[in-house]
Amino acid sequence: MWQALFDELKDQNFSIITVAMDADAEAARPFIEAVDPDYISPIDRDHQVAGLYNMVNVPQAVWIDETGQTARPPEIAGTYDTVRSRDKITRAAPADVQVLPDEARTVYQDAIRDWVQNGAESKHVFSSDEVKARLTVPDDNVATAHANFRIGQFLMRQGKPDGAAPLFAEARRLHPESWTIWRETEEKNEAGLAARSTFWARIDALCEKKFYDTVYMAGMPE
Amino acid sequence: MVCLLTDIGERQMPGAVADDVGLWLSPEDMTAATGWELKPEGVCLVDICVPAAPRGFVREGKIDAAAFWRHMGWPVFSSDDGGAWLRGEGAETRRSSLESLTAPDFTLPDSEGTRHALSG
Repeated sequence: MWQALFDELKDQNFSIITVAMDADAEAARPFIEAVDPDYISPIDRDHQVAGLYNMVNVPQAVWIDETGQTARPPEIAGTYDTVRSRDKITRAAPADVQVLPDEARTVYQDAIRDWVQNGAESKHVFSSDEVKARLTVPDDNVATAHANFRIGQFLMRQGKPDGAAPLFAEARRLHPESWTIWRETEEKNEAGLAARSTFWARIDALCEKKFYDTVYMAGMPE
Repeated sequence: MVCLLTDIGERQMPGAVADDVGLWLSPEDMTAATGWELKPEGVCLVDICVPAAPRGFVREGKIDAAAFWRHMGWPVFSSDDGGAWLRGEGAETRRSSLESLTAPDFTLPDSEGTRHALSG
């Protein structure tokens, strides 16, 4: 998705940086190598970007203009939440829901094209007040959660999982909205993904909350 | 061995001594790790100086970096064994940064270890 868009727009003062939030750089490597991106694609073992931008899930993106100002705050980027609609046994999404991620991707990519073409005049660029109104900002618990997570990650790299475990538990307690912290600190399945039964239990526990928050963009499926 | 976790990576501090609440650094280590210098007028960064003597930041030629950071309003975190220390960013700092709308900068390595900054 991103490489094709980069190829299309790279000569129009547009760039992409993708950040892999992954404690294990080697786990991220196959995904990066499969894309072989021409844009910068660093690996964020300690989720520093999540802390700086108050991100809680992936994929989230921020639009940053040529002056370094935020044109759209962190939001789900080009996909749609099918998780909540899946059958609890088969985990299959209904056909009418399965098409929504592709629809969301098209809308999102078209919005980027419009932004690149029209700059600040794009209908998808928020005013400063709109950006501020749509920002989610961290509280003390979130800031402390990221600090605990950071030290825990360091201890894991030092081969001290027993020291890391209480720090991770505290990070999860303090920042329950963070799927990135949860995924990184949860036991993985045979595919290396935090998608065991605990994932679905956490999904069920969302009740009326969303897995991916609504993206306020014209044409985006709700 | 004490390791200081900073915005740009992890820094081993062989001369550092950690106790229950303090992280004692030599003035040279303090400057190398944080930029703050011990001067006769206090702990200084460029033209800002924080008097050290009344607050007990300095003892026997070493600076308690943790006490200094707490005094400056930065939350301080450490592992139970005292081997890892982090000068955190408070929520207010993070909020102010986001609400300024200037995209927070970061520097991270790619899969080959080459470091890249958002700001270029």
